[in-house]
Order: sequence, then structure tokens, then C-alpha cells
Amino acid sequence: MKKVFVIEDLDCAHCAAKMEEAIKKIDGVNSATVTFFTQKLTLDASDDKFDKVVKEAQKAIKKVDPACKLIEKV
Amino acid sequence: MKKKHKIIIARILISFLLTAAALLLPIKDSYIALLAVLSIPYFVIGYDVLWSALRNIFHGQIFDENFLMAIATVGAFAIGEYYEAVGVMIFYQTGELFQSLAVGKSRRSIAELMDIRPDSATVLRDGGEITLSPEEVSVGEVILVRPGERIPLDGEIIEGATSLDLSALTGESLPADKGVGEAVVSGSVNLSGLIKIRVNTTFGDSTVSRILDLVENSATKKSKAENFITRFARYYTPCVVFGAMALALIPPLLFGAEWIEWIERALIFLMVSCPCALVISVPLSFFGGIGGASRMGVLIKGANYLEMLSKIDTVVFDKTGTLTRGSFEVVDIHSERVSKEELLEIAAYAESFSNHPIARSIVRAYPHEIKKERIGKISEYAGMGLCATVDGKEIYVGNRSLMNSIGLDISLGESHGGTVHIGTSGEYLGHIEISDSIKPSSKRAIKELREGGIEKTVMLTGDSRRVAERIGNELNIDDIYPELLPEDKVTIVEKLIANGNKVAFVGDGINDAPVLARADVGISMGGVGSDAAIEASDIVLMDDDPSKISRAIKLSKKTMRIVRQNIIFALGVKGIILILGALGYANMWVAVFGDVGVAVIAIFNAMRSLKSN
Repeated sequence: MKKVFVIEDLDCAHCAAKMEEAIKKIDGVNSATVTFFTQKLTLDASDDKFDKVVKEAQKAIKKVDPACKLIEKV
Repeated sequence: MKKKHKIIIARILISFLLTAAALLLPIKDSYIALLAVLSIPYFVIGYDVLWSALRNIFHGQIFDENFLMAIATVGAFAIGEYYEAVGVMIFYQTGELFQSLAVGKSRRSIAELMDIRPDSATVLRDGGEITLSPEEVSVGEVILVRPGERIPLDGEIIEGATSLDLSALTGESLPADKGVGEAVVSGSVNLSGLIKIRVNTTFGDSTVSRILDLVENSATKKSKAENFITRFARYYTPCVVFGAMALALIPPLLFGAEWIEWIERALIFLMVSCPCALVISVPLSFFGGIGGASRMGVLIKGANYLEMLSKIDTVVFDKTGTLTRGSFEVVDIHSERVSKEELLEIAAYAESFSNHPIARSIVRAYPHEIKKERIGKISEYAGMGLCATVDGKEIYVGNRSLMNSIGLDISLGESHGGTVHIGTSGEYLGHIEISDSIKPSSKRAIKELREGGIEKTVMLTGDSRRVAERIGNELNIDDIYPELLPEDKVTIVEKLIANGNKVAFVGDGINDAPVLARADVGISMGGVGSDAAIEASDIVLMDDDPSKISRAIKLSKKTMRIVRQNIIFALGVKGIILILGALGYANMWVAVFGDVGVAVIAIFNAMRSLKSN
């Protein structure tokens, strides 16, 4: 499953790269891209683990920058 | 301005005033008093940096900008450079503020470019109007679009007429008139009349969604320059930090040099150890370039293609649908036994009831009105042509096989799709050559490509040599390859690439997919809404205008120039500061400028790529 999320308050380009690396390492992730300028995370992960992956991604993002929030794109 | 920006401005001012006030106090000689007084403005301005630095150490992220800045300023306090410590922190925060504002501004500019997403759709359901989000409308429903509104979904006009502003999609500023039965695309703005549209795609498949997806996803295909920066950043920071450690420890330990002086030099190293200027400005330049291109109706699918486009030296065109319209017109008349005018007249009369595009083009070319009473019986010969009685005489109009079947031997010329022969039973009257009409902007397109530094333009076509040469000469194209089969096109492009050329292939996207894929850059003239074209190519010209190619190349070169400028500028300034710092000629103020000042300048420079002209 592929989904796009908004990373609110993503303010440093360096952090975006770190988040991307961290999310890619999460078990079940097929691909992940964090785009600094659009403040978006494009996440492709296996269906059965998707919710778990999103939670882990949330954690990984907080670890890099506690001010950032992961919101599902509407 | 956001709340957090206001807060940081307040902190900068308070901290600055407190530091200025401290200068007036009679405490210049007391280290303890200075430390006590100046740590107040220091914490006001730097508490968040210190806090993040501390937190990041526990997360194992030591080469983080906050950490480096914290070490540098705490270090400055430790060696008694109190005013520098506070000042550097103020300077750093001011720089960060500018950087944040600049990023915000460029994000907004990019968002404006992408501002073609419709918010709502007015649907006619159960006899009433309801307003829904475009996602909720299904195929086959009828929507109402008022003047001034953005068309939310692709479809066909079933009632009303209007003119549409397509500028957000194609860059074309002239409005397009549309009436009943004509297709309209989402993202265009209804300018004048109330129209009803029957929807024929879901929102997810609509033109506007596809364009937005494409541009947003383009950021995921990184250019070589971006990959270089990522790799560079990975090594640069640790190297500079180790350099700083060496600078702080080796001269005092081994050569008995002054500790304070060498620690200060090391702190200068730490301050310029963040590659932020590059990490932000290089991707921003590419993103801006892609955004600027999309504003002029050129969709570029990735930063890597933008980068490649700037290196192109050979542009290969497939003739039909790119340089020519793909619609037919009479280009030449060869008559025997009758005059050219007579031949055209006979042919136009014979073909006047046919709906075939070639027949229509002959009728169009005939300057007078057709008098239907002169035409008698018409019989069609499938796949060959027809026979019509004109002024009581049987006229055969069609291809070579038709002529052969009535016993006429045609010796001249190879018969291609574009030649129509005319004869009577027993007499060959001549042939009319039909070809695509050249797009009005094609000539300018070729001229501008040459002026823009393209070394060679090539045209590939399945048409006859004569037709190809006529078009080639008119457009001033360097090389022409006529009478090609589809697979020959791949071979020719491969040969050009093997010769070391950087080749862009321009096709209509319908049957050129292999060539589009093989070329260094595949450019399709899919027109708004053609799936095949958008899929197969790297770059899509939304309005089929070939003159956009030279503009896109120009934009790509400008983007690459900005990227190079930023890389050279940022690395140059940091390099000079590192050298001067190591030799003891730079101070902390210069070093902070080397960090945030350079970043802000690089961002502003990068934003120039957003402007498409």
C-alpha cells in the first residue's frame, strides 16, 4: 500500500534526509521518500504491517525533530 | 509571519538589548561578573539550541547543527570570549530565521505554481445542485461550472459555451473557446459562460491530479548534483569536526602553543561544518526549475531529466504530430494533360462526398464552391479510393492499386500514403500530394534551438523523401531521414547516442514509446490528457508547442548554472573561512556568516530558478 503523509513543521533539510533514512529501515517498508519542500512523506509498505509502520515512522520522525508531526493527507 | 517567527524576533531583540546594556556596566575586568551577566542574554537567545543539542546527544546524533553551535558558543564562554559567544548565537538565530522565512517563501511560491487543485464541484443530482469535493463525483455525472470557477474534473460540455483559461496547465495565455461536444480539462478556469459538463474521469485519474502527482513525485528522482551533495554532506561534517579537534589539540600538546587561541580556531571550524547551504539550496533549485517549467506548460518528471536536458546537443523530431499538426493539406499538384487548377477541381468534385481526412484536405484546397448538381453516381472501392461521375465523366481518385485496376500504369514516383492519383478510364490525369501541415511555431522552434546552442536537429519520418525534404528545408532542419519504419527510428537514435551525442527525442507519444525510452531525454507532445504520452516520456509538452523545447532547455541550463554557482559559492566561502580560521585570520563572526549567511544567500539564489523567463 502506498500513502502520502504530511510532515507538519518540517523545517530543516538535513532532518528530512535523516527521517527518510530512519523510515527506510523500519521493517515492512518497501520505499519511503521525504520531500523537504512539499513537507511530504510518501510511504510504501506491506499492507498487513502498514499501521505498525506508520506508528514507527511517527516515532522515527519525533526522534529527529520533536516539533514535527505526521498527519495523514486528506 | 508565523508565531514562532515572532517569538524568535522578540528573543533576538531582548538578547541584543541585554548584551548592549551589559556593555555599559562597569564589569569589564571581572570574568565572574561578565559570565553571570552575559549568560542571561545567552540563555534567552540560545536555550532551544542548547536543549536540542543535549537531546540529540542522547539520540546519538552528534554531528547535528545545534550540537555544533552549542559546543562552539559554550567553548567561547570557556575561553573568556563572552560577547562573542552571545553575539554569535544571536547572529546564528537571525540567520536561521532568515533561512526559515526564505524556505517558507519558496514553499509558498511552489505551492502557488501547484495551485490548480479544484476545491469543490457542483453536481446536478436528483434534480438539484449539490456541492461536493471533486473526489466524490462519479463518472457520467453532470457538473455545473460557473464563470470564474476552476473546472474540477475532465469531461465534455453538454450545455453552454465559454472560453477557458488554460494558462495554469499549458502556459498559453490566450483563452480557448469551447462549446457543446468539446472536451474540457480539469484545472482550467471557466472565464465567461455557464457550462454543464458530463464527467468522464474520476478525480484520481483527472488531468489535474496527474499533473500534481507528477510534479510532486519529480522530487523523488534525484539529480546527480543532489546525490553528490548528499554524499558530500555525509563526509564533510565529520571531516571538519575532526579537523577542529586536531586544531584544538595538536598545536598546544605537541608544540606548546597557546590553548585558548587554538581552541578558538577550532571553534571557527565547527561553525562552518554544516553543509546546510548546499543541502537546502541544490534541491530547491531543481524543484524551482521543475515548478517554473510546469508553469510554462512543460512537465518534467524528475530532477535527473532537468539535469540531462541541460546537456542535450542533438534534438531528434518525429515529424508527424510534433513539427506538423497531424492534419493533412495539399502540398503539390502534378498534372498531365490538364492544368493544375483543372486537376484540383476534378479531384475536389470527385472527393466532395467523402469524409476521409485526405479527401477533406483536397476539397479544402479547392478555392471555389462545389456545385453538387455536377456530380453524379459515386462508387467506393474499399482501401483503394472511389469513382465519381463528374460532368458526366467517370473520374477515378485513389491510390496506385486503383489506377492499376483500371489499367493505368503509373511510372512516376513511389506511392506513399500521401499521394492521391486521378485518372479516367484510359487516361492518367496526374496526382496530388498531400502532407501534414507544419505547425506555425515549428520554424521558430528549430531556429531557437540552434540559437540556444543545439548542434544538430534531426527529423525522422515514414513519409516520402520528397515530402520530408520539403518540410526539412522549410524548417531548416540539419538531417532528414525519410521513409522509415518504426524500428528504424530506434536504430537512428541509438547510432546518434553511440557517436557521443546527447540526444533528446521528441515524439507524439503514441507509437514512439521505444524511441522515447531509448533517447537520453524523451519528450512527448501528448497534449493535455494523453495517458500514453505521459507514461512513456521523461518530459511532457502540455500544449504540443515545439518552441517550448528551447525554452525548457534554456530553463534547465539556468537551473544548472544556479546549482553550480551555489556549490562553488558555498564551498568556496567555507573553504576560505576554514583556511583563514586555521591560520588565525578569521573570527567567529565571519564563521557564523559562513554558516547561515551563506545558506540564506544560496537559498535566494536558488529561488531564481522558479522564474520561468
